[in-house]
Amino acid sequence: MDLNSGDLNSPLSTGTTIIGVTYNGGVVLGADSRTSTGMYVANRASDKITQLTDNVYLCRSGSAADTQTISDYVRYFLHQHTIQLGQPTTVKVAANLVRLLAYNNKNMLQAGLIVGGWDKYEGGKIYGVPLGGTIIEQPFAIGGSGSSYLYGFFDQAWKEGMTQEEAEQLVVKAVSLAIARDGASGGVVRTVTINSEGVARKFYPGDSLPLWHEELEPHESLLDILSTSNPEPMVS
Amino acid sequence: MLDSEVPATSKNSSVISEADSQRTLYPYVTGTSVVGIKYKDGILMAADMGGSYGSTLRYKGVERMKPVGKHSLIGASGELSDFQEILRYLDELMLYDNLWDNGNSLGPKEVHNYLTRVMYNRRNQFNPLWNSLVLGGVKNGQKYLGTVNMIGVHYEDNHVATGFGNHLARPILRDEWHENLSFEDGVKLLEKCMRVLLYRDRSAVNKLQATNITEEGVTISQPYALKTSWNLAAFKNPTVGAEGSW
Repeated sequence: MDLNSGDLNSPLSTGTTIIGVTYNGGVVLGADSRTSTGMYVANRASDKITQLTDNVYLCRSGSAADTQTISDYVRYFLHQHTIQLGQPTTVKVAANLVRLLAYNNKNMLQAGLIVGGWDKYEGGKIYGVPLGGTIIEQPFAIGGSGSSYLYGFFDQAWKEGMTQEEAEQLVVKAVSLAIARDGASGGVVRTVTINSEGVARKFYPGDSLPLWHEELEPHESLLDILSTSNPEPMVS
Repeated sequence: MLDSEVPATSKNSSVISEADSQRTLYPYVTGTSVVGIKYKDGILMAADMGGSYGSTLRYKGVERMKPVGKHSLIGASGELSDFQEILRYLDELMLYDNLWDNGNSLGPKEVHNYLTRVMYNRRNQFNPLWNSLVLGGVKNGQKYLGTVNMIGVHYEDNHVATGFGNHLARPILRDEWHENLSFEDGVKLLEKCMRVLLYRDRSAVNKLQATNITEEGVTISQPYALKTSWNLAAFKNPTVGAEGSW
């Protein structure tokens, strides 16, 4: 499947759904947990939200190898930068380091990234670094193949100045909607909330997510359904 | 040392592997047309704020025009990451210019020439910066408006445009531009072009900025949207008389 040549109108999208959202006080990062190699799900519980520093995290979409390597380099540089600076790094610096690697190696990398964090100067900030290495500061960012299904949703549901609960609910709902329609996204929803108080990781297993169109309540077995319903449940 | 650049040629090994040599790329996140005209007091330039990702209108708040030093303004279409890199090159250029501290400053003609060299040399290495640039400015009363693109083609004129603007805006400008346009007439002329682009360019978004450069300096407008006209009789029932057509 040659994604790189031919129709320049179809963007190179990459298996995953990742989201970053700012709220009044910080940011919420979210992602699904499916890593696929072709049609096979190599890891159904992966963690795509990677720590760069105490206050800056990275959502990774695209080639797992490329994004892991980028985050390893950036974590290494930021560690040194923090020592030299004598205080926590800013989200802007972290995002620009990510951009540097992504841009200068654009021919070889397949990485769509969202950098999110909190620093004392700017508060909560989200930076998108899509394919090609553009850096763009946004109030919210979506990425990965699942994000195609979320443009309309965010156009309607996003608003400025949400509370932390509203922002987390929005992210979980959005990733869950994307998982429902994108074959390359699935598993659990992970969120990381970053604010002045610190970092909080949350985990939403698949069965705790809301059900969407044509999705059914899961059961242990048909037998449980048969035993609880009326005598003629098996319709011919 | 930040060793994030892959060198264009491998100096140390005897074999140049594929990973070392860079080839022509493809754009990912792109901006569409930029239109610029000379008017009585200087230059007017307009561009929308869209960053497209293939056919998706992904980013709608991208500033594609930026001031350069005291006298110039650059507008870009094409790959946004390359435009961001060009802005960094221009920052460095302006820094060195200021370091001379001799009262002289680079004018728009010089900046345009610098950009032309950068774009053409990258093209010669088969590693272009995938952009079409408009460079406008005023220095010592002299107005300047030029353009340069990813293959190094460069020229100056009274009105320039990039991308779709070449096909849709320039004919309008050829017809309606004249020397000594007032600011109001210039803005109206630009908006006429931008409206046509909004109707006919799939990658246009209805959120644009207009910029003005005069001897005094550069002012970039706040983002705004244009009204569009759909209330034409021919639009209301286009297939009456020919059912199945469009």
